[in-house]
Amino acid sequence: MHMLYMIFIDPFMQMAQAPDLFAQTLWDGLVAGVLYALIALGFVLIFKASGVFNFAQGIMVVFAALTLVGLHDAGLNAFLALALTIGVMFILAFTVERAVLRPLVNQPDIILFMATFGITYVLIGFGEYVFGGDPKVMPTDAFYLPKGAITYHTLGGMVQFQKLDIAAAIVASIMVAGLAVFFSKTRIGRALRAVADSHEAALSVGISLEQIWVIVWFAAGLVALVTGIFWGARSDVSFALEVIALKALPVLILGGFTSVPGAIVGGLIIGLGEKLFEFYWGPLMGGGTDAWFAYVIALVFLLFRPQGLFGEKIIERI
Amino acid sequence: MLYREAGQFKTDYASDQAIFPILQDRIGLAVILAVAILLPFANNDFLTNAVMIPFMIFTLAAIGLNLLTGYTGLLSLGTGAFMGVGAYACYKLTSIFPNVNILIWVLCSGFFAAAVGTVFGLPSLRIKGFYLAIATLAAQFFLEWCFIRVSWLYNYNISGAIEVPQRTLFGIIVTGPRATAETRYYIVLGFLVLMTWAASNVVHGRIGRSWMAVRDMDIAAELMGIRLLPTKLLAFAVSSFYCGVAGALMVFLWYGGAEPTVFNINQSFTILFMIIIGGLGSLLGAYLGAALIFILPIVLRFAPEVLGLHIHAATVEHITYITTGVLIIFFLIAEPAGLARLWQVGKQKLRVWPFPY
Amino acid sequence: MRAPTNGPDVAAGDVLLAVENVSLSFGGVRAVSDVSFDIRKGEIRAIIGPNGAGKTSMLNVINGFYHPQEGRITFKGQTRPKMRPYEAADGGIARTFQNVALFRGMTALDNIMAGRSLKMNKSFFWQLLRYGPAMQEEVEHRARVEEIIDFLKIQEIRRIPVGRLPYGLQKRVELGRALAMEPELLLLDEPMAGMNLEEKEDMSRFILDVNDHYGTTIALIEHDMGVVMDLSDRVVVLDHGEKIADGTPDEIKSNQAVIDAYLGVAH
Repeated sequence: MHMLYMIFIDPFMQMAQAPDLFAQTLWDGLVAGVLYALIALGFVLIFKASGVFNFAQGIMVVFAALTLVGLHDAGLNAFLALALTIGVMFILAFTVERAVLRPLVNQPDIILFMATFGITYVLIGFGEYVFGGDPKVMPTDAFYLPKGAITYHTLGGMVQFQKLDIAAAIVASIMVAGLAVFFSKTRIGRALRAVADSHEAALSVGISLEQIWVIVWFAAGLVALVTGIFWGARSDVSFALEVIALKALPVLILGGFTSVPGAIVGGLIIGLGEKLFEFYWGPLMGGGTDAWFAYVIALVFLLFRPQGLFGEKIIERI
Repeated sequence: MLYREAGQFKTDYASDQAIFPILQDRIGLAVILAVAILLPFANNDFLTNAVMIPFMIFTLAAIGLNLLTGYTGLLSLGTGAFMGVGAYACYKLTSIFPNVNILIWVLCSGFFAAAVGTVFGLPSLRIKGFYLAIATLAAQFFLEWCFIRVSWLYNYNISGAIEVPQRTLFGIIVTGPRATAETRYYIVLGFLVLMTWAASNVVHGRIGRSWMAVRDMDIAAELMGIRLLPTKLLAFAVSSFYCGVAGALMVFLWYGGAEPTVFNINQSFTILFMIIIGGLGSLLGAYLGAALIFILPIVLRFAPEVLGLHIHAATVEHITYITTGVLIIFFLIAEPAGLARLWQVGKQKLRVWPFPY
Repeated sequence: MRAPTNGPDVAAGDVLLAVENVSLSFGGVRAVSDVSFDIRKGEIRAIIGPNGAGKTSMLNVINGFYHPQEGRITFKGQTRPKMRPYEAADGGIARTFQNVALFRGMTALDNIMAGRSLKMNKSFFWQLLRYGPAMQEEVEHRARVEEIIDFLKIQEIRRIPVGRLPYGLQKRVELGRALAMEPELLLLDEPMAGMNLEEKEDMSRFILDVNDHYGTTIALIEHDMGVVMDLSDRVVVLDHGEKIADGTPDEIKSNQAVIDAYLGVAH
């Protein structure tokens, strides 16, 4: 009886009694959600255009951030470092297309998926080899990232908004809007959508698959870089982020693998859900529930809607 | 010239259905077994303790994952956690019943892993492919969390780790710090040989065929009367059983103790890479893959010293990462069916030598 | 031949399977509407019609892969509610597919052996040992499978993974796999699609032999009219999901509705 009370009543009592804490938790959840959504976004880009389930997207985030910080630490001017990092992401996209995607074209999806494991390992090894394995600190000042927090005294207490988080949310929104314009208004964007619909059909109207793949992997690399900057600014830059990057997968389950809005909504749901659950229900179970909550939610969700929030129902044919 | 089947006529279906129909294969297998049995007499502790025991344990886990992913086509990223279930089950069982033969508990811990694996396999009826991989991630992270947070599992040790107690069998110490490498080697070898034999029997019979049928074309399999859910769940159960036993062996006969991090997501990936490189859907592949992925870092660690170079340990680790990654990509491009397929091709070439085909 | 596992025995010439007023739609798109016909024991029944007429959907309904929204199906005297595909298989319905649906990673022999899964029942324990009853069962069924391999003349490809076989042989292995189930009703979805004349003649011969030799009832979808008219006892014609004709090949040949459907006369 007491247990039921603790599970079903007490958390909501707490929410009502301390609305400021509730609001703060909501905000923290949303911020985490934005970051998950950004990783998932890079993932969706690649999946849409090449059908590759890119396991390496999370590592690309870390790799991009590590390259940026590493170059900056080596004494380069911040913006030169940024430009060089963008160059590195392009080289990465180009290399992946040449060395991995092109030789594996027309292989089953699962083979391509496993190949991205290979990319993951190469990136981890290469990143640590070049820049060392120690956690690094993102030079926020050098990139003119805002610091400090805005504090509101409302709801019988106070709610803090980190300026950095606000900036991240704004940049994320701009990036999503930019991608939407890119997909619908530009020639390359339209070609990209054509490729997503059917590889053969795209080839038959003279779209070069190789070019498209380099472009999407590069775009995903840029998304990874932006994600990496904001993520790195909130915590250290190290490959320990890898585990957190896996959270993009449950996000994709919720949002569907091909939907950009799905990635955003999924990311926010997961971010909010796990923060609220950890804050109000976590203590009952000894804490640390955010390690698995996202996956369990995704699993439960899958059982009822295997095609995701925005995916279409699949009719099997034989 | 030596590797020929000419003159070996089969006169009944029983001998044609045998797993090694060719005489030379059977001789080769006998030789390998003999070498494995005689190996501890080389008196090289490093070889038995640091190379062979872990290699065999990894092979066992790789066989387990291969039954699920290679034979049944269900991708799992939860191998590490299922191994953990075996290890913790074995630890609890021998803590509660210290007088029961430890080897029985190792085997029983496999059943606990099988039960947990089956529960997490339930979504496989509705979920396929990548989606299922994410469902198994839920198992991985949830179980890992349990290993950390449920202190009953590690007998409330302050360190949060499990320490393997000393257990004897017929007066010989088999677990704990005082057990000799030879004893542990033979026990692990025994488990590996018996369980490989059993796995080989299963995959060559009705059950193995229904697993592969589900993997290759699940709709057609269902229309032929193969029930999907029981077939997939059996694959989950058997696979987890193998992983669980491997986990128990790993802690009890290799590490001698373990923290939850031993069973983390990286362990799952390591085993997965073993079967990708070794060959999906091949028991031999589990051996070859485990050998390559486990022994490669050891070679990389010692090769520079032998060559007189001094390379930092961390650098070696990075190079190992890169090499593993490149190897995965290389194998997927050159031979998606893995080392096992290369072996078969080589054998076929030998059979028809000196003719090309 | 094995006795039916459920339902009463059906004598030759009786109705083995009856489809009554079956309708099937996918999210508003009608694939089959209000179709009725029957299949008699021992006959070869052809289902024909232009592309998109709902022929494959009809087969999918018969073996329980799709569940029709309306109508009912009576098989061996039993009218079934919703049925799962494995129940259809258990009841004696086997099937081949329009685009070969073999187990590509398995050898031809293993594919056909897999067709006997339902008839093998030795427990997991014996399977672990691959000894005693399990081995005995394996050998027994191997002998039956070898008969089918001889019958289809595919001895030399036994050990080859089917993914590497040419299309015509794949079709033959698939027929073998269906035959291994010893079905009472065999559904063939375009068994001769993409074959040359010689292969078609071979396949026709196999189909007739199966019908003669094992007494298996056959329902087949085929586009080659020559083949359909030669092989089948009765023909049902579907167009846009509706039945437009039903009768002997001669009746169908002279049926105006059928000619219109095929030549595309404006309705």
